[in-house]
Formats: sequence, structure tokens, C-alpha cells
Amino acid sequence: MNKSQKIALFHEMVLIRRVEEQAMQLYQEGKIGGFLHLYIGQEAVGSGVLAARKPQDRVLTAYRDHGIALASGIEAKTVMAELLGKKTGTSKGFGGSMHMADVGLNYWGGHAIVGSHLPFAAGMALADQYRGEKNVTLCFFGDGATNIGYFHEALNLAGVWNLPVVWVCENNQYGMGTAVARASAVTEIHKKAEAYNTAHSRVDGMDVTKVYEAAQQAIEHAREKGPYFLEAVTYRFEGHSMGDPERYRTKDEVGQWEGHDPIGIFRKQLLDEKIADEKTLNAEEKKVEKTVQEAVRFAEESPNPTWEDLVETVYVEENGEVL
Amino acid sequence: MSVITMREAISQALWEEMERDENVFIMGEEVGVWGGTYAVTRGFYDHFGEKRVRDTPIAESVIVGAANGAAMAGLRPVAELMTINFAFTAMDQIVNQSAKLHTMFGGQFTVPIVIRAVGGGGRQLAATHSQTPDAVFAHFPGLKVVSPGTPHDAKGLLKSAIRSDDPVLFIENATLYQVRGEVPEDEYLEPIGVSKVQRQGNAVTLVTYSKMLQLSFAAADELAKDGIEVEIVDLRTLRPLDMGPVLESFKRTNRAVLVEEGWRSYGVMAEVAARLYEEAFDYVDAPIRRVAQREVPLPYNRELEQHALPQIEDIIQAVKGVI
Repeated sequence: MNKSQKIALFHEMVLIRRVEEQAMQLYQEGKIGGFLHLYIGQEAVGSGVLAARKPQDRVLTAYRDHGIALASGIEAKTVMAELLGKKTGTSKGFGGSMHMADVGLNYWGGHAIVGSHLPFAAGMALADQYRGEKNVTLCFFGDGATNIGYFHEALNLAGVWNLPVVWVCENNQYGMGTAVARASAVTEIHKKAEAYNTAHSRVDGMDVTKVYEAAQQAIEHAREKGPYFLEAVTYRFEGHSMGDPERYRTKDEVGQWEGHDPIGIFRKQLLDEKIADEKTLNAEEKKVEKTVQEAVRFAEESPNPTWEDLVETVYVEENGEVL
Repeated sequence: MSVITMREAISQALWEEMERDENVFIMGEEVGVWGGTYAVTRGFYDHFGEKRVRDTPIAESVIVGAANGAAMAGLRPVAELMTINFAFTAMDQIVNQSAKLHTMFGGQFTVPIVIRAVGGGGRQLAATHSQTPDAVFAHFPGLKVVSPGTPHDAKGLLKSAIRSDDPVLFIENATLYQVRGEVPEDEYLEPIGVSKVQRQGNAVTLVTYSKMLQLSFAAADELAKDGIEVEIVDLRTLRPLDMGPVLESFKRTNRAVLVEEGWRSYGVMAEVAARLYEEAFDYVDAPIRRVAQREVPLPYNRELEQHALPQIEDIIQAVKGVI
């Protein structure tokens, strides 16, 4: 990455953080409904991996998807509009927080049934392999998803058919409130990939530079040789979702991880390496503030989708079904 | 016209569509080297090769899930489930994913998948391998559910299903594969979502589909000997449900017998009966009768199994009961 790319990456991570903080506030004001899972603390994983992809590489993730949506290139205003359930949102207000996508940016969602999108990733990689296109599919999921049948069926199929997938496990230490060691017989999660003859490694998910470098290798491997499993060890600073009482972890533990804030780590790297000075980084943060304010205004002023919008989106083809 | 079996009709539809469109491919258990558990895809592997006729692991979730992914990425997969009973292990992919991906992401994704699944009882396979759970799947908006009863309709409807941009569950019946019928020599399509009068009459409207269509033909022949002419309306598609021909017929006969192989409670015909009462109440001259499976898990014992399944005689008695 050159200097301007690194500054852009910093900008993106700050944007994710501020969008999430804004979402938290809007949720508390009752403007966002449903479940809200924040990406705060995990920014380096999404940003680092996606910085290493080519535009034709496909991206999928689970329900903690706003950060990946932004890192895929979706504008903050479109993310915010979806959070407010508006027609101008990523999914016309039909999907909400957990179901954002933009096919034009090769961002394929936002999937909230745990593990359900891992088979999609295998199928999309199959489609690329079938057509002889050298695209890679990047599939993000949490540590919790590695215990469900989907994980095993999808990794096995990708192994058998040698599909160009990078499995990115965001190990944030807890599946909801259950610690990895209480839910997974194998706690070094990347080792699960060995069962499917899939190359694997583990990276510090709080350091975006390390994530980026690991992702480059993983993507290259997937493109040239076959599936790859990358475990990024990370931590979410907020609860699983809004309203999480957090009885399963201590304030001390959260505090320790907050000392390894991925944005703080990257900021220090940029300053130490003299890639940017304080003034430059502060200016980026200011730009982000403005973007987020404009995003909220856009979302609030946007129209709601209509009943007709919904009805005509049940099927692609005409049918007499909806009563 | 030529006379072929149901098996040949389904096989021809698949073959012709694969010849027509390079994006159509088959994946499932034993579809390739084995030639299909019911020999529907015999010869496909040698002709089309392993890329387009893909044997999978025994893992229904990823069979349907990867097909969903491949479909979103632009291919036209025909995912075969060896029996519809195994669809329950892929239930999330069928009802949470295939049926909802188009709507939930604001219409961005299209999922042109066909899931072929064989159902029905009567082969002494005991409770878990003998079910007719069509109504379960027909419950979900977003999915199309097709279940033909003649070779003509099977071929024309399967070709339409493969060309459809909506997800289609195509339910076959294992005891129908040897049934013979006329099909045109030239290419033809049958529209999804259109019911069809399969036999004309004026005494009673008999509504049915799939295997029960064949039993209803036999019952109608017997009844005709007593001068009772039943009109048989074949639903062919369970969702979207086309009540047009059913209502048109019922308004002439004012009497209806509804026949399905699945359990009576919450069945397909419970829906048809409700619609008749809702939409044609003034035309009802006798209580609408249903013929369906008795409310037990089907047993292995042949006599008991047949006792639980609807028989020709049950249909005859039901028709006589409404006159």
C-alpha cells in the first residue's frame, strides 16, 4: 500500500467506527429497529482483508455487516438509510441492519442465519470456477459459526472441488455470550481447516497492516491453488447486540482489549512511520464526521418503501400470488 | 406425439435444457457416475461431463446452499435431493434462503435454482422415507412449488422451472416414474402457476395433483360406469396457486372432492377448501369432502401402509358422498 492508500484505510476504519457510534445513538432514540450488531473493535479485520481484494472478488459476511458493507465501498448514507428502513437503503429497507448488500460492488450480504452463507460462498466460487474466471470469494463469519454443520459441509465441499474461497473467521472470542472454549472443542480455530485439507493461518486481527498482509497471501493462495482459511483474532468492544447485559465478561477484560484499539494501533503506525502527521489524521477524522452527519440527514429525509415496492419484489416473474 | 414414461419426460427436459443453456448444470447425490438413484440422469455424466453433472457429498444443506450461491452468481443449477424427506436437513436453505434472498435484499439477488425432490409413500420405506410434505414448502412466499402428474406436464413444467428466474421446488413422485403418457415431438413449455382441467365432467369437481391425479383418473373411469362424470382439475403448481379453473368448475358442479397424498390436517387441500368456501360460498350444494393420508407416520408393513394412504375406492366413495 502506498501512502495515500494507507491514509484512505485509516479514513475507512474511522468511518466504520463513527457510523457504528451513530447507529448506537439512533437505536437508543428508537429510530433503528430490530437487532443491531456493532463492528466496533473489529474494524481492522474487514478493512484489512478488503484492502487486499480485487474488485471482481466477491465478499460475504454474517449479520455484523455494517463494517464490511462500508469496507466494500457502500456509501455511509446508503448504510444509514437501510438502518432506518428507507427505500434508498442497500436493500430498499427490506433487510435492515443484518441484510445489506450491493451486487455492483460484489458485496453479497449480510446473512443472519448463522453459517447459512458459507454454502453460498462455495456456490459462488463454483460459479467462477465453472466459467473459468479467476475471482476469489471472501467469506467472513464468526467463531460461533465454526460449530454449526454448515461450516463443515461448506469447507468440505470447497476442499473436494478445490474452490477459490478465502474463509475469514473473525474470532472475537465469544459466540454471543459463550466463550470459544465453552463452545468449540478446538480453540485454535484455524486448525479446524486441517480436517478439510485446507491451508490455514492465524493473524492478529487488531493490526490492520498484519491483516492486510495475511489477506494478500490468503487471496493469492485461493486464486492460484484453492481454498484458504484465515483466522483473525479480534474483539468486539460493545455487546453482542444492543441491550447485551455482558454478564459473560469482565470490564477489566474489555478494558485490556480497548488498549489494543485497531484504530489507535494503526494511527500510531502511521505517525511512527511518518506516513501522516497528526494534522492530516485529524483532518480525515473531521471529514468522516461530516460524512456521517450527511448520511444521517440523507437517511432521515429519504422516503419509506411502499407496500407495492414490497409486493413486486417477492418474485422476479409476474404471478397472481400476493393476496 | 410419442408415448414416454414420466422418468423419460423428466430426463428429456433436463437434457434439452442442458443442451440449450451452458449455465444449466446438475448437482446432487449420485446424479453422475451412478446415473441417478431413480435413473433419471442415466447417460448424462458421459455426455455432459463431470463439470455439469456433479456428484456431491451426502450433505443436503450444502447441496442446496451452494446451488443458491451459484444461482445468485448467474448459473442455473438443478439441485437434486434424493428424496424430499432429506429436504428437511436443507430446510434453512430452502425456506430461509432460496425463498427470501430476492426480497430481503431489495431485489438485488435472483436465485434461479430448481430443487428436484422425490416424494410419496407406498414403497414400504417406513415413516421417514415415505412422506408427502408438499404443503410445508407451499407455505412459504418467495418459493414456487410445482408437482406434475403426467409426463406431458412434467416435461413442460420442468423446462419452465429451469428457465424461471425464481426458485422452484419441483416435487416428483417415485411411484409415478413408470406412468406413460403422450408428449409432443416438438419442444414445448407448460406455464408454472396454471391449473389445468385434465378430464371434463359435470357431476363433481375433483381437485388433485401429482400421483393422486392418476388414482383420480382410475376412480373417474369407475364412476363413469355408473353414469357419474367427474371433472378433474389438476393444480400442477401449489404456489402460486391458480384457483381459476377450480372455481370455474365448482361454480358449474357445486360439489367438490379434494384429493391429496399428504396428511389431511393443514394440507394442500385444506387451503383449496378454504378458498372455495371463501370465494364460492353461494355455490356450495354439499359439504366439500377431502381424501388424504390418515394421520399416522407411515408404517413399513404393506397392508397398514396402504390402509393409511388414499386409495381409488376412497375417492369413489367420497364422490358418491357429495352427490
